[in-house]
Amino acid sequence: MGIENHLDNTVHVTNLEWFVNWARKSSMWPLGFGLACCALEMIATFVSRYDLARFGMEVARPSPRHADLMIVSGTASKKMLPAVLRIYEQMAEPKWVVAMGACACSGGIYKNYAVVQGIDRHLPVDVYIPGCPPRPEALLDGILQLHAKVMKEQSIRNPRVGKIKVAGR
Amino acid sequence: MNDDRIRAKLSEKFGPDTLQFQTVFDQMSVCVPPELILDICFFLRDDPELQFDFLSFVGAVDYYPSSPRFELVYQLYSLPNVKRFRLKTKIDETDEGQASIESVCKVWPTADWHERETAEMFGMVFVNHPDPRKLLLPDEWQEHPLRKDFPLLGTEDTPDLPSQIKILR
Repeated sequence: MGIENHLDNTVHVTNLEWFVNWARKSSMWPLGFGLACCALEMIATFVSRYDLARFGMEVARPSPRHADLMIVSGTASKKMLPAVLRIYEQMAEPKWVVAMGACACSGGIYKNYAVVQGIDRHLPVDVYIPGCPPRPEALLDGILQLHAKVMKEQSIRNPRVGKIKVAGR
Repeated sequence: MNDDRIRAKLSEKFGPDTLQFQTVFDQMSVCVPPELILDICFFLRDDPELQFDFLSFVGAVDYYPSSPRFELVYQLYSLPNVKRFRLKTKIDETDEGQASIESVCKVWPTADWHERETAEMFGMVFVNHPDPRKLLLPDEWQEHPLRKDFPLLGTEDTPDLPSQIKILR
């Protein structure tokens, strides 16, 4: 049963970096939090119809210390921003950020004093997903783009830990 | 209970010249002197015939650059009489500082949050308010966004993060 039967005590060679990246992208755990209406589409992506579990991401972690991926799902108001940054800082490295929806990407329709004009002013965003809100297919596509990006990272020789400068600090 | 009866009761109690009644779109409202607001509210609530026992909303209008600058609007509702009624009063900024008016929390406790929002959005003081903190805006902001002379995109005093405020007063 299982893959063990096929290995037959043989030695298998792979690229360590490829393996690390594969492990990271195949069990990337998102942080379970939502900021606005995009969160509803994110929830729809998690549950059975779209089933994010197909990509090893079914466990939305309630604690930032367990999470690898922050999906900024929706409008970040200026009053909420310190809390979002606090959560990001508590996540363990390596960590990735997806800006989901027009508001997280650029402020969207809220071009006013109360809303942060794009979360990339304060967080290092890896993937931008446009849409208002993006459909679950769009979020899935964005996450698959992130997986592809993770597979290209030089995770051993040139790790991303500490390399990323967050704006304003 | 109809508009004429409310007008007669109020005129009888507070004198015919102190109150200005107007009817627009079949809705009657009354403009009252700001110093009488508490007396009139108590009367409207406690009179056995009027019984305006429910305060729907407190808001304000900025008539900048006219004087007096602000108009406060109190939307009342009488549950026993199934009757709505609107109170208005005009206040202005003084040389010493912000416009001020007596809080009606003593009459209707629900005025608490409505007055807190109005206070922070227009920069006015509700005297004897039980909890005069900001309601929605970040605590460190000194700006009042619903004023007509406030720029839509905010100012240096409304930055994304509290640490970015340059001018401390």
